[in-house]
Amino acid sequence: MFFPISGAHISPIYLVIVGFLIGILGGFFGVGGSFIAGPALRLVGLDWNFAVGTDLAHIVGKSVVAAKRHRALGNVDLRLGFIMAFGTIAGAEAGAQLIQMLKRAGNVNFVVSIVSIAVYLSISTFMIWESRKTLSSRKGRRQRKGADHSAFKPVTRSIQRLKIWPMISLPTSGVKGISLWMILLVAFVGGFFGGFLGGGAGYIRMPSMVYVLGIPTHLAVGTDLFEIIISASYGTFSHAIKGNVDILIALVMHTGAAIGAQIGAISTQYFTGPKIRLAFVPLPLIGAAIVIYTMVSGHKL
Amino acid sequence: MKPATAKTLRAFAFELAIYGLLVTGYFFLVLHLLGGWLYELEIHHRYTYAGVAILLIIGQAVVLESLTTFLLRLIRGRSE
Repeated sequence: MFFPISGAHISPIYLVIVGFLIGILGGFFGVGGSFIAGPALRLVGLDWNFAVGTDLAHIVGKSVVAAKRHRALGNVDLRLGFIMAFGTIAGAEAGAQLIQMLKRAGNVNFVVSIVSIAVYLSISTFMIWESRKTLSSRKGRRQRKGADHSAFKPVTRSIQRLKIWPMISLPTSGVKGISLWMILLVAFVGGFFGGFLGGGAGYIRMPSMVYVLGIPTHLAVGTDLFEIIISASYGTFSHAIKGNVDILIALVMHTGAAIGAQIGAISTQYFTGPKIRLAFVPLPLIGAAIVIYTMVSGHKL
Repeated sequence: MKPATAKTLRAFAFELAIYGLLVTGYFFLVLHLLGGWLYELEIHHRYTYAGVAILLIIGQAVVLESLTTFLLRLIRGRSE
């Protein structure tokens, strides 16, 4: 099928299948899935600029479906989501500015590749350690489906005890008091890596919400998706005015993602928090493997 | 396979088949009716195109979510 905006010939069945798979991942883990969608679009000949912009548009649609489903399950903290959106947008702009600086210096590909490998490997290693430790502890073994316990809880509590004005409460997430700056910082860091490494950076934000802010895993997944709607819409608009979005491709991909995202979101009910976090571990590793492949082979997937 | 699991999988396959038919019809509708107009918009009116793109993807998300929820309810209602 011919898509006139990007000038690409792509099978709609391929787009629906890719959308479906990414939808499941997004609904279950609260990530955009750009580390798979980008290379998958590139694989069928779409230019990188279109792959990035179109993927963002598709992420908006998929996140609306998954966040709506999570909201019905009581997994979205709207207050937290709105606050985080500000930090994410500011962070995304800062990340994009750093990319521009590195472009001018002429070493953008090398620096971004090394940073992304380090970030992906660190997240995976930490999450393996934490979720295994939690699952092997007595509290972790005893918890029922939907319950949440983390071996990192003492550190999270000390972060919550930092009294930097203004302090706010997040009743939906069960957080009695946390500094607004801490929430904005977590959102800013997530947005920064999104702008710097591409995509929605859910692989950083979702774990940060759990470990730094102390948000229960199910709520972190749902709220992250809600927050992604706002930040990815901003990104889509920004890319669309630069001519990087083929909305027809995004619409076709999204028909698969709509059903995949619902399956992913419903599946979270059947797993405890630490098990979701342990299952999350391969995602950053896939991202790292793709970057290492492009560095070693010199090909861009 | 447990009878309950088999029933769920059957219901899911049924939903997927109906969904597939509806989506195929929708593809032709959107790509044929909107394709040319969106292409022109993208070339001549970038800001309008950006706004329309976001509205389209959010609109489709809301409609498809409602459709899948309706299909799920319909199938559950029939199987109970």
